[in-house]
Amino acid sequence: MSVTMEARASGLALAETAEAVFLTLTVVDQLCGVPVLAVRDVLGPQVITRIPLAPPEVAGSLNLRGRIVTAIDLRRRLGLPPREEGTTAMSVVVERDGELYSLLADQVGEVLPLPRSDRAPNPPTLDPLWREVSDGVHRLGERLLILLDVERVLAIGEP
Amino acid sequence: MDDLLADFLTETQEGLVALDAALVRLERAPDDAPTLSEVFRIVHTIKGTCGFLGLGRLEAVAHAAENVLGRYRDRTLPVTQGGISLILRALDSIRGIVAGLEATGSEPEGDDAPLIAALDAAAAGEVPPAAPKPEAPAPAIPAAAPSAPTAATPSATAPPPAVGAATEAPSGNAAPQTIRVSVEVLEDLMMLVSELVLTRNQLLQLARAEENSAFAVPLQRLSHITSDLQEGVMKTRMQPIGNAWAKLPRLVRDLGVELGKRIELEMRGAETELDRQVLELIRDPLTHMVRNSADHGLETPEERRRAGKPEAGRITLNAYHEGGHIIIEIADDGRGLNIEKIRAKALAQGLATEAELAAMTEREIQRFIFRAGFSTAAAVTAVSGRGVGMDVVKTNMERIGGTIEVRSEEGQGTTFIVKIPLTLAIVSALIVEAGGERFAIPQIGVVELVRVGGEGAPRLERIKDAPVLRLRDRLLPLVNLAGLLRLDTASAEEGGFVVVTQVGAHVFGIIVDRVFDTEEIVVKPVAPILRHVTIFSGNTILGDGSVIMILDPNGIARATGVGGEAMETEAGRGKSQPGALGHADARAALLLFRAGDATPKAVPLGLVARIEDIPREQIESAGGRPLVQYRGRLMPLVPLSGAWDPAAMPARQPVLVFSDGDRAMGLMVDEILDVVEERLVIDPAGERPGMLGSAVIGGKVTEMLDTAWWLRQAGEDWFGGSAGDSPGAGRRVLVVEDSAFFRSLVVPALSAAGYAVTAVADAREALRLRDAGAMFDAIISDIAMPGMDGFALAASLREGGAWRDLPLIALTGRAEPADIERGRDAGFTDYVAKFDRAALLESLRQCLAAPVAALTSGEAR
Repeated sequence: MSVTMEARASGLALAETAEAVFLTLTVVDQLCGVPVLAVRDVLGPQVITRIPLAPPEVAGSLNLRGRIVTAIDLRRRLGLPPREEGTTAMSVVVERDGELYSLLADQVGEVLPLPRSDRAPNPPTLDPLWREVSDGVHRLGERLLILLDVERVLAIGEP
Repeated sequence: MDDLLADFLTETQEGLVALDAALVRLERAPDDAPTLSEVFRIVHTIKGTCGFLGLGRLEAVAHAAENVLGRYRDRTLPVTQGGISLILRALDSIRGIVAGLEATGSEPEGDDAPLIAALDAAAAGEVPPAAPKPEAPAPAIPAAAPSAPTAATPSATAPPPAVGAATEAPSGNAAPQTIRVSVEVLEDLMMLVSELVLTRNQLLQLARAEENSAFAVPLQRLSHITSDLQEGVMKTRMQPIGNAWAKLPRLVRDLGVELGKRIELEMRGAETELDRQVLELIRDPLTHMVRNSADHGLETPEERRRAGKPEAGRITLNAYHEGGHIIIEIADDGRGLNIEKIRAKALAQGLATEAELAAMTEREIQRFIFRAGFSTAAAVTAVSGRGVGMDVVKTNMERIGGTIEVRSEEGQGTTFIVKIPLTLAIVSALIVEAGGERFAIPQIGVVELVRVGGEGAPRLERIKDAPVLRLRDRLLPLVNLAGLLRLDTASAEEGGFVVVTQVGAHVFGIIVDRVFDTEEIVVKPVAPILRHVTIFSGNTILGDGSVIMILDPNGIARATGVGGEAMETEAGRGKSQPGALGHADARAALLLFRAGDATPKAVPLGLVARIEDIPREQIESAGGRPLVQYRGRLMPLVPLSGAWDPAAMPARQPVLVFSDGDRAMGLMVDEILDVVEERLVIDPAGERPGMLGSAVIGGKVTEMLDTAWWLRQAGEDWFGGSAGDSPGAGRRVLVVEDSAFFRSLVVPALSAAGYAVTAVADAREALRLRDAGAMFDAIISDIAMPGMDGFALAASLREGGAWRDLPLIALTGRAEPADIERGRDAGFTDYVAKFDRAALLESLRQCLAAPVAALTSGEAR
C-alpha cells in the first residue's frame, strides 16, 4: 500500500519531466516495468480461488476489500515456466474497463523514474508473445527492463 | 387516491418548485430564451395534464398563465416585473389548488376569475392593473428559491414553506405521498446493501467460531437490521407486474381485430410485485407469449362454436408469489398443442428419431416448441409462425434464472408457467465442493440432495461411462462436476453427494464431493475475459472472504447435453466475432451435426440433398470403403470422423447425402443436431483439411464443413464425371464474391470442373483487374456486396471496356422473378442461386458454348 502511495506522489511530481515512473517487478528473472499510474495496489501473497475452464493465463480470483479481482499469472502470460510449489506471488492490481485485475509477479521491486532517452523499441527478434505485451525495453544499469503494456497484457484471448 | 392523480401531484409539485426558481431567473434576465422555454414547458405540461384529468379550475388558471408565457416566449410581449408577479400569483393559486387536491382528492372551491382576467389582460398587452398587489406573493421568491435544487432529491419535492398558504390551502400542507428518486440512487443503495449483507455474513461466520462472544447479541441485532434493510431496499425497487401488462389489453384488442377473433383478456395478480430489473427483462417475452396465445392458441369464433366453446376466447394472465419466486401463468382456452403436429415437425426437422419420439411423454414432446426454429403454425402470419419465439422466450427467462414450462391439453387450451426469481441481486445458494474447489449452486434449480455411496444409501451406477443414479422410480443422468470442470483430482465418486437439479423439465444430478450450507450471495458478473465460460453465471465473495464461482445449472445442462434442448440456439448470440474474415451477406440455413469429436459441425442446408438414416446391415464394404445401395445405385460413404470402423457403427447410421445429377455420395456423421438459420461469420482460424474454419452458432463454436474437400474424398471422379470432355477445359472465370465462405464453396467447385478460377472479394477489385488488362471468359458475381454491389458492377462492365461482352452470371441468395428481371436489366446474362452448383456449372457451360453477348442468352433459373 505504502508503495502505491509513494508511487502516486512521485508519479505526479515527475509527470512533466522527460521521465516516466514505473513500478518494477520480476517474473522468473526478467525485470519488468508497469507504469506506476496504472497501479492501484500492491498486495502480498493472497488466497486465490482457481477458476476452472478459464484461459490458462488466469490464475484465479481474489478478494480485495470486497471487490473481486481476476488474477493473471504473468509467468504464463509471458510463456515462462510455472511457479514452483511452495513459492508465493505478489499481486500488482491494475484496472481495466472498471474491472480490477491482479498481475502475479515473483517479486515487486521499487518505483523508478526512467528517462525516456534510455528506452529502446522492442528488438525485432523478441519472442512474438513478448512483443505483443511489451512497449519497449529499458536499459537499467546492468539489466534490461521490459515495459509491460497493461492493456495488452490483459487482452487475453483477444486478437 | 388514484395513482394517476398521485403521480400528477408529485410531478406538479416538482414543476412548481422548478418554476419558482426559473421565474426569478427570468425576472433578472428577461431575454434568457432557455429559461423562458423551460417555464413555458412546465406550465404547459401542468395545463395539459390537468385537462386530461378533468381538473377544470386548475386548467383554467394554468391556461391563462400559459397564454402570457406564450407571448413572452414568442417575443410579442416584453417580460416585465409586473407580468412575472402575476404569473407567480397564478402559481400560488395553482399551488393552493394542488394542496386542496392532495387533501381531499378533488379541486377545492374558489374563484379565480380576477386572476384569470388579470392574466388575460396581460396577455393582451395591457399593463397589469393590480400593479401594487403582487406584493403579497413576492416573499415567496426568496423562500422558494433555495428549496429548488434538482428535482430528483427528496427535498425538492417537499412542499414549499407556508407561503403557499397565502391562498386557500389548508394548514399543514399534506406531505406528498410519493417522492421520485432516480433509479441510479436505488441501484447504488441496492449495491451497498448487497455489500452489507456480505459483510454481515462474514461477521456471522467469525462469530460462529467463537462461543460466548460478547459480540453475539449485537451481531444478532445487526443481522436482523441488515435483513430488514435488505428487504426494505428491495421493496423500493419492486414494481407491480401490472406495469409490464399495461399495454396488453390494447395489444389483444388489436390482435383480435386483425385475426378476426373475439378475445377476452383477464389479468389477475397485477399488483404482484417484482424487482424492476426483472420486470424489464420479462416485459417482451410476456408480450410475445400473449401474442402467441392469441394467434396460435385461440381458434376462430367459427371453430370455437363447432367445438362447443363460447365464441370469445379467453387469455388469462395470473401472477403470484411462491417462495422466493414469482409465478406467472399465461393461459388460453384455445385448441391446445397438437401433439401429432409437433411430433411430425420434430421428425421432419431431424430433431428426434421416430423411436425417440415414441418413447417420449406428451410433456416432452410439447417441449419441442422451445426449440429454435420450431413453429407449427401452418402459415406465417404477421403475428407469428416464423419459428422464432418460444426459444427466445425460454432463453431470456433462463438468462435471469427463470424457468418456463408448458401444460397443454388438446382442445382445452395451453398454459405457460413462468417461474422467475424476485430479484437478481441476491440469491440463496448451496455451497458445494468438487475436486478440491468450492462452488455455489443457486437454490432455485436445486430439487433435492442425495447422499450416495454410504451405508444404505443409493449407489452410483454406470452405463458404459455415463454415471446414473436410480432415484425412486426414475433413472437420473449424472454430471460429474469435477470432471466437467476438468479439475485434476479424481474425486471420490463413490462417496459423495448428488445435487438433483432441474432445468426446465429436465432433471439431472450433479456429483459433488461435499456439501456445505446455504448462503445468501450477491451475484457479481465475472470479468470480461471469463465471459465465455458459460458454466458460471457469476462469482461472489463468501462469508469467509474467499471468492467463489457461481455455477449456472443451465450452462451445465448445455455443456453436457443432459437437457434435451442442449443444442438450442440462442438467437442473436455470438454473431459478429471480431477478427472474422468470412462474411456471408445473407442468413444461411445450416444443418448442425456432430461427427468425431464433440465440436458441432455445420454445413449449408442447401448443399445437402437428403438426410438418410441407414440401417447398419445395409452398409457394405468394398475395398475397405463403405458403400450402400441407394436408389438403385451404389453410393460411396465417407466417414467424417476419419477412420471407418464397421464394428463401432450404430444400429442406424445418419448420413448426409450430396448428389450431383445421378451420382451421390454420403457423409457418415454421428448425430444430426439441428437446423438453424444464422448469419455466418467464419473465422478461418480453425481451418484444417475438411473444415473451412469455425463460426459461432447458437453460442457454440461450430466447425464449417468444407464440402468440396469431402466430396473429393468420395472418389476422384466425383467432379470429373465424364472427365474427357471436362466442361471447363481451362476457360478463365472471375468470381466476385465478398463472402470468403461462398468463395470457398464456389471456387473449388469451378476448379474441379476444369475452369481456371480467379476470385476477388469486391467489385472494385474486379474493375481494377479489368483496367490492368486481365482477361477472362466469364464473370460470376455476387449481388449483395458492401460498397459496389453486383448490379453496379454489371452496369459499369456493360458500359464499355474490354469485358463489355463477357457472359456475366449473377450469384445470389435470392432468385425471385423481380430480382432476375432487375439483374437482366443491369446486364447480367444469367441468374443462379447460391449453393446450386449444378445450375452454376450448367449456366457457365451454356454461356460459354454460345458466346453471345449479354442480354440475349439463356433462361434465368
